[in-house]
Parts: sequence; structure tokens; C-alpha cells
Amino acid sequence: MNIYVCVKQVPDTETKIKLAGDSSGIDTTGIKWIMSSYDELAVEEALRLKEKNAGSLVTVISAGPARVVDTIRTALAMGADNGIHIELPESADNNFAAKSLAGALKKEAKVDIVFFGKEALDDGTAQTAQLTGEYLGLPSATVILGIEYSATTLKCKREIEGGSYEMVEMPFPCIIAAQKGLNDPRYASLPNIMKAKKKEIKMLKAADVGASDADQKLRYKNFQLPPPKQAGKKISGDAPAQAKELVRLLHEEAKVI
Amino acid sequence: MAKVLIVCEQRDGKIKKATYELLGASAAAGNETHALLMGEGVTAAAKDLGQYGAKTVHVADHATLKFYTGEAYALAVAQAVKTLSPEIVLASHTPSGKDLMPRVAAKVGVGLASDCTALTFSGAKLVVRRPVYSGKATAEVEFIGAGPAMATVRGNTFSVPKPDASKSADVATIAVDFGSLKTKVIEVVKGNSERPDVAEAAIVISGGRALKSAENFKVIEEIADTLGAAVGASRAAVDAGYRPHRDQVGQTGKVVSPALYIACGISGAIQHLAGMRTSKTIVAINTDAEAPIFQIADYGVVGDLFAVCPVLKDEFKKAKES
Ligand SMILES: Cc1cc2nc3c(=O)[nH]c(=O)nc-3n(C[C@H](O)[C@H](O)[C@H](O)COP(=O)(O)OP(=O)(O)OC[C@H]3O[C@@H](n4cnc5c(N)ncnc54)[C@H](O)[C@@H]3O)c2cc1C
Repeated sequence: MNIYVCVKQVPDTETKIKLAGDSSGIDTTGIKWIMSSYDELAVEEALRLKEKNAGSLVTVISAGPARVVDTIRTALAMGADNGIHIELPESADNNFAAKSLAGALKKEAKVDIVFFGKEALDDGTAQTAQLTGEYLGLPSATVILGIEYSATTLKCKREIEGGSYEMVEMPFPCIIAAQKGLNDPRYASLPNIMKAKKKEIKMLKAADVGASDADQKLRYKNFQLPPPKQAGKKISGDAPAQAKELVRLLHEEAKVI
Repeated sequence: MAKVLIVCEQRDGKIKKATYELLGASAAAGNETHALLMGEGVTAAAKDLGQYGAKTVHVADHATLKFYTGEAYALAVAQAVKTLSPEIVLASHTPSGKDLMPRVAAKVGVGLASDCTALTFSGAKLVVRRPVYSGKATAEVEFIGAGPAMATVRGNTFSVPKPDASKSADVATIAVDFGSLKTKVIEVVKGNSERPDVAEAAIVISGGRALKSAENFKVIEEIADTLGAAVGASRAAVDAGYRPHRDQVGQTGKVVSPALYIACGISGAIQHLAGMRTSKTIVAINTDAEAPIFQIADYGVVGDLFAVCPVLKDEFKKAKES
């Protein structure tokens, strides 16, 4: 099988976000970059599918600035076979990214399945998998907790609200967006980290995959940090007194109950 | 004033609260508010959307739409956008809305601003702001190029309007050509929870590592049931197996924005705050007066949750009854 995984590089979740001087974005100096955690599930699922189907190849794709090559290497160290980097500006939106990913996938000889994370930890939009599916004309299923594969179709367990889920069936080729619970991603072993250094990463520009600035549909601007919260009220006394006073404040002051 | 299309959401014929929030917000701004209602056997529910602010409800009532699939629903929304040419299209950032609207945006050829927490209608234009980096910052999103401004909106951004029983909406139908569809829903398995979903509830009460066991969550559940609230959890509580992952609040769980969030025995790690900091009123109950959760709490109770929660339940019960 020809298996693809699209991954995004995001700031580590511990990062303290600082704004750029003109509020046009964030100050990226000193940020530690990691693979978005749902994408780790996507890589793991791709590797497991490969292991079940001898002769398969897993290709990792990332669209973004030069730094994202490190995240492609991380996926190669987990066991992916080769990588594709599409260089996009820092400001590229989901649509520009999806157009680029779809463009790169269209150039491949045969695509059986493409895995994504259900959303990225930086913008949290949950768009890129579906957009890429639309641009490729492939069916997609998102927020996937489990997959049963058969020769021509797959059945996906898709999380919906209230602890409910639905079983969605679709044919290959298709797109899957992974949710936590799908699997436990492996760590890269030291020998695999060494091997990953020699694996090939194809370098492409947006123009090579038929994408351009015109695919940018949104511009993020006027970034703000959340206003500092005023110190809240501390409620003292023993437990019964505290409970009574809390309920009074919630009722009379906050008016939420 | 703008021509606005609200993409409504229903499950089993019941309209979601988040839909009413959007209808109310659009109508209150004086917009020409259209609603799109999709499903099977949903036509009867259309008229009453007028009570919440819809002027006209466009109905796609079709056996194909019995269960939500992104593929079929996106065709219906794209058809409605084509027919009505709205200036603004809004949907809720719910599990379905999240899945659906990117597909629509691609079909219509516009950008989609997801999970917006502030919206202003300015003439025919829409100005939106959304959290980025899990709420550690927010950014305004500018729509580039022609076509409608499209956005999904976080639940509880607006309140549910009071229904006006004297109003009813005009009802029109939208015909959709589904062609041959590739995805199908073969089964919907209902969760066994009687409580609301954390991401939708107006009140959320969460427990952390301090709960120490799944059984101990009973003290949290009893308060939740008194208030009609959802039960949430920190990642530490989920990883320890006290709660399922679907209850996790935070950067790698659900992002919630209820009117009231009560954190019990949760320290307030940056990844947890990411999931609940836009809550309107935050209460923290924690033995450690220095716990970071107190920095964003409106009301802080320094104390043992096992002592406070049971009496708190009784106080809430009294307040409800009076
Ligand atoms: C990539 C990544 C993603 C993450 N995503 C999430 C996420 O989505 N959501 C999330 O929540 N975390 C997330 N985390 C984990 C996060 O960093 C914290 O470890 C976690 O939130 C801690 O959970 P806690 O507050 O329940 O536990 P602790 O930090 O152990 O806090 C327990 C608190 O309970 C208090 N306490 C103890 N006994 C009592 C008592 N009897 N009564 C009252 N208070 C008591 C203590 O004083 C303490 O403050 C993530 C971490 C990483 C690295």
C-alpha cells in the first residue's frame, strides 16, 4: 500500500506565548517545536497499517517553513520511509496548506490512504484533513477512534458528542483524521533516529504543487494576549461556611445559578 | 445589516442549543437571518425557528440526511449558499459543525474562521476573533477575497434568546443533488451518559488527580446532577483511568466555555487552562493556596474537596429549591 501521513509542527504545549512587537503574530524566538500530538497518532496508525501489509511504504508530508523538516525527521525516526517538505510561508492558512498537500499527493503515482491528526495544537481549527479530501475528491472521516480494514473499504469508529460514536464506512482511497484513543504512538529508538538521518526528504515549493499565495483565504492579525484576570475572591471559613458563601456569590454576584 | 445564513444543527429532531444562540445573535444585530435545517423528517421543526430569530428557514428534508455525514451535509450547505448568496455563513463549532464547515468552505472557495469566540456584525461584514495556541492568545481573522465570510462559533459565545411565541418563520425547501456518495453511517451507538456533554454544557464541574479513584468522582457527579451540569476531568484524572478521555478538558481534550466552571482538585497546568480559560465564571477548590488555578479563578475555596463538595451539593440543592 502507498500510505501517506500529513504532519504539522507546533510549539511545545508548555510554551509561554509572547507576541511579536507589531502584534502581527507571535514571537517565535526560543520556542521548542514538536509534532502536534494528534499527528503522532496518525504516524503510528500509518506504521501499523504498513506492518500488516508487506511491501507498503509510508511517506510523511509537512507543509510549512524550513524548520518543519525536523518534524518530518521525527516521523522518519518513528519508522516512516521517506518525506516530502513543501515550503510555505509562516503565515500560510489552512487552505493554502491543504491546497499544497493535495497538490503534492496528486503528483504521487498512487495514494491508498492519507492520515492526519484530527486538529493541530496551535490553531486548533480541525480543517486540513477535510479540505485536503475535498481538493483530492476523496472521502474523509474525522475524529477516528478505531479502524477495521478490509480489502476495499474501511469501517471507522468516529467520536461524536455525549460519549456516543458512529461507525462510518468508506472505500479506499480515503482520508482519516486521528483522535486520541486510536493507538499509543511509539517512541523513536536510537538506531531508528540514526537511520532517519539517511532517509530521503523531497523538497518542494508551493509552485511545484500548483499552489500559490492566491490560495491564502484568511489572514490572522491583531494578536492579543488574554487580559490579565483580576485576582478572584478567596472564600474563607470551614467547609460548610465556604460552601454557603460560594453558593451565595454564584447566585447574587455572578448570577450563574 | 447583512444577509446571514445560519447552519442549524439537530440530533434526532431536537435542535441544538448552540443553533438558538446563533439565530439570536444574528437577529439581535438586525440581520436578514436565514436558517438551513437538514435531516430527515425535520420540516415540522422549521417554523418554530422563527421564535429564535430566523426569518426564513430553508429545509433540506431527505432520507440521505437521516444521519450526519460530512459528505452529504456539505453538498446541502453548499447548495444553500449557492441559492441564497448570503454575505455571512455561521455554524456552531460542535463535533458536526467542525467536520462539516471546512468541506463547505472548500466547495464554495472561501476561507473558514473556526471556533470564533467574538463576532461583530458590521454592515455586511463580519469581524471575528478566535483563540490561538489553545487560548494563550487570540487573533482577529480577516477574510481575503470574494465570497461569503464563513465561521464556526464556540458554544456559549452568545446566550440563548427568549423564544417569541408570536413569531414564526417562512419555510422554503432546498433541493440537493447528492449524486453517488462514498461515505455512509452504518451504525450510531449512543453513549450511556444522561448528563450533558462537557463541550456543550452551561455548567461544567471537573475533577483532577486529587479525586484518587473513579468511585470518588461520585462527589463531583452528585453536584453535576443537582445543577444539570456536565462532568469534566483533568488529564491526570483521565490517564489514571478515573474518567473516559471524552471528559478531558484542556489542550489535548475538549475546549469548553461554560457560564460556570468548577475545578476540584485540579492544579491548573497550562494545558488544562487552555481548555477552560474562556469560561465566564471560574471556581477552584484546592487544598494548596498557591495552586496556579487560583490565578484565573473568580472564586477560590482553599480546602479539601472531600469536605467541601458534599456540603456544596446541599447548598446548591437548597438554592435550586428556593
Ligand atoms: C502535551 C501535553 C498535553 C496535555 N494536555 C492536557 C489536557 O488536555 N488537559 C489537562 O488537564 N492536562 C493536560 N496535560 C497535563 C498537565 O500538564 C497536568 O499534568 C495535568 O493537568 C494535571 O492534572 P491535575 O491538576 O488533576 O493534577 P495535579 O497537577 O497533580 O494537581 C492535583 C491538585 O489537587 C490538589 N489537591 C490534592 N488533594 C486535594 C483535596 N483533597 N482537595 C482539594 N484539592 C486537592 C493539589 O493541591 C493539586 O493542586 C498535558 C500535558 C502535556 C505534556
